[in-house]
Amino acid sequence: MIEIEHLSKTFAAETAVNDVSLSIGDGEIVVIVGTSGSGKTTLLRMINRLIEPDSGRVLLDGRDTRDGPAYLLRRQIGYAIQGHGLFPHRTVGENIGTVPKLLGWEKARTAARVEELMALFQLDVATYRDRLPAELSGGQQQRVGVARALAASPKVLLMDEPFGALDPIIRAKAQADLRAIQRRLKTTIVLVTHDMNEAIALGDRIAVMDQGHLLQYATPDEIVVRPATAFVGELLGSGERPFRLLSFRPVRRFLETGAASGPPIPDSATLRDALEEALWSGRDALPVADASGTVVGRISMATLVKQAARHG
Amino acid sequence: MALTQTVSAVRARLPFDRLGALIALLAVIGIATPFVAFRANRIVPGNAVAFWDALPAWEIFIAGVVLLAAAAIALLKIAPRFRLVISSAALIALAVALGDAARLLTPAGDHISRTSPGTGFWVLAAAFTLMLADAVSRMHLRAVSRLVMLAAVAAIVATILWSGLWDDLSVLREYANRADAFWREAGTHVALAVGSLIAAVIVGLPLGIVCERVPALRNAILNVLNAVQTIPSIALFGLLIAPLAWVAATLPGASAIGIAGIGVAPAVVALFLYSLLPVVANTVAGLDGVPADAEEAARGMGMTRGQRLVQVELPLAFPVILTGIRIVLVQNIGLATVAALIGGGGFGVFVFQGVGQTAMDLVLLGAVPTVALAFAAGIVLDACVELASPGGRR
Repeated sequence: MIEIEHLSKTFAAETAVNDVSLSIGDGEIVVIVGTSGSGKTTLLRMINRLIEPDSGRVLLDGRDTRDGPAYLLRRQIGYAIQGHGLFPHRTVGENIGTVPKLLGWEKARTAARVEELMALFQLDVATYRDRLPAELSGGQQQRVGVARALAASPKVLLMDEPFGALDPIIRAKAQADLRAIQRRLKTTIVLVTHDMNEAIALGDRIAVMDQGHLLQYATPDEIVVRPATAFVGELLGSGERPFRLLSFRPVRRFLETGAASGPPIPDSATLRDALEEALWSGRDALPVADASGTVVGRISMATLVKQAARHG
Repeated sequence: MALTQTVSAVRARLPFDRLGALIALLAVIGIATPFVAFRANRIVPGNAVAFWDALPAWEIFIAGVVLLAAAAIALLKIAPRFRLVISSAALIALAVALGDAARLLTPAGDHISRTSPGTGFWVLAAAFTLMLADAVSRMHLRAVSRLVMLAAVAAIVATILWSGLWDDLSVLREYANRADAFWREAGTHVALAVGSLIAAVIVGLPLGIVCERVPALRNAILNVLNAVQTIPSIALFGLLIAPLAWVAATLPGASAIGIAGIGVAPAVVALFLYSLLPVVANTVAGLDGVPADAEEAARGMGMTRGQRLVQVELPLAFPVILTGIRIVLVQNIGLATVAALIGGGGFGVFVFQGVGQTAMDLVLLGAVPTVALAFAAGIVLDACVELASPGGRR
C-alpha cells in the first residue's frame, strides 16, 4: 500500500508537482500519464526519494519513507527506466544481481535468483548470463532492466517510461509480458508514460496529470466514459473513445448463448478485436472459443455496439 | 567523380603495393650508400665504408640476396603476415651484417677505434621497419597479440645484445666502458618517470573526481594545470631550484629526506606537475562520459555515493583514465632525460655528457634506451586500455 499525501515540489519557481494525493493498493498497476512537463516523473521519483518533496509525505505500508536513509529505502523498491540504464561494464548476470549484492545476499542465492528471473523473462541462461549488455538486442536489454529491478523481490516496482525506447511491435509484447509477470508476482507497479494507449493497456487505475496537478485518478473504464476535464478527453483522442472502451473489455465477460458461423475467436480477445473481426469478415456474430478450442458461446454485433456506447 | 573512379581503378589494377615501391626504393638507396662509418678514435671524423667493402664475399652474397629479395617482395601484393616474416628476416640479416662489419673493421685488441652504423644502415633499417610496422598495423592485432609481438621483439634484441654480436659497435663500446653507470641511471630514469606518475595518480585522481563534481573548481584547476603544461621543461626544472632549496634550508628534516634545490627532488616535482593535467583532465572526461541512465539506475537501486563511484563511475571511466596514464608515462620517460641537467640522473646523463664531448655514440647510449622504453610503455599501456574497455576481453 502506497499512500501519497499532499505531495508538492517546486524547482526554481516552477511548481512541478502541486498538492497531489493518491493511494495505490497492493498488487495494483497504476499508470501515471501526462504530457512532458506535467510532473509525472517528478511524482514517481518522490516515491523512492530520488527527489525529496518540499511538502507532503509518502507512506509505504503505513511507514513514512523518510524514516531512515534514502538508499536503504531504494533497495526495497524496484526501479526501471527508459533506455534500461544497464551497467555496460557488467554482464547480464551481474546486472540482474546488483540489488541482491547490495543487500549482501550469499552468492549461491543470488545466482539462483538470477537464473530464475532470466527464465521468467525468456532469456536463455547459458547463452546470455555472461554477455555484456551491448551484445543484446533492444528488447532483451529492456527485459534485463526489468529483471534487475525485480531481483530482490520488491513489493513495489517503479517504472519510468520503461518501453519508450522500443519499437511498437516489441513494445506490445513487452507490455503483455509485464502484465503476465505482474499477475504472477503480485508486485505493485507504478508506471509513468505519456502514451494513453499504454496506460489503458496496462493500468488497473490511471492517474492523469497536467501542470503538476492530478486531474483524475480512476479506472480506465471510468476515464474513458467520464473524463474529468476537457484535457483528459483530449489526451484520450475523442474520436477513438468508443474503440478504447472496447479495447479493455475481454470477450469472456460478454458471452451470449447461441450459435454463430465461421471461425471462432478466443475468449481472451478484447471486444475491440471481436469488432474488427466481425466487420472484416462481414458477420453479425462470432463464435467464441476457450483456451482449449471448445466453442463456449458467441458474441454479437449488437452487444459490441452496446458496449461501445458511453453508458455501456 | 569519374576521374577518382578511374584513378582508383588503375590503382587496383597495378600489380605492386604502393608503400612497397617506397620501401624497395629506400632499400636500393640504402645498399648503395655507406653501410658503416669507421673512425680511428671516438672524436675524429669517420671514413664511410660501403656494404661490399665491409664484409667477406660470402656474407655480401647472402645478406645482399636477403635484402634485395625482401625489397622485391615488398613490391608484391601479399598477405600482411608474409610481409611481417619477410621484413623480420631482412632486419635480422641487417643486424647480423652490422655486427660482423664492426668486428671485421676493428683491428684486433683495439679499444680506441669506433665503428658506427652509417647512412646506408639507417636507410635500410628504416625501410624494413616501415614494412614491419605497416604489416603489423594491417594485421589489426588484438591487445594480447600485440603484447606477445612486443615480447618477441624484446627477446630478439636481448639475444643480439647478449650474444656479443654487436660488441664491437661504437655504442656498445661506450656501454662497456660504463656498464655500472648505465644500469644505475636506467634505474633512476624509471624511478623518476614511474614515481612521479604514481604521485600524480594519487593526487590527480581525487582532484579529477572533485573537479567533476564541483563545476566551479573545474575550470580553475584545469586552467592552472594547462598553464603549468606550457612552461618549457628546462625552465620548470630551473624554476624549482630556488623554492626547493628554500624548503630544504627552512623546513626541519626536509634535507634529511632528500629535498634539495638540485637533484632528484626538483626532477620528481617537475615531472609530477607535468603529469597532473593528463591525469586530472582524463579523470574528468572519463567521469563525464559515464552514461547518465546508468548513474540514474545506480542511484535508483539504492547505491550509496561511494558505491556508485567505486562500482559504476570509476570502472566506466577507467579506460579513459588509463589513456591519461599512458600519455603521462610516455611523456615522463622522455622528459626525465632533462632531469640530468639539474643533477637528477637518468639516461639524460649520457646524452648531456655526449653533447659536451661531441661524442655522438654516447648521446645514442642515452637516447636509444629512452626511445625504446617510451615506445614499449606506449604499446603495453595501449593494450591495457583495450583490455580494460567493455568488450575488450572478448
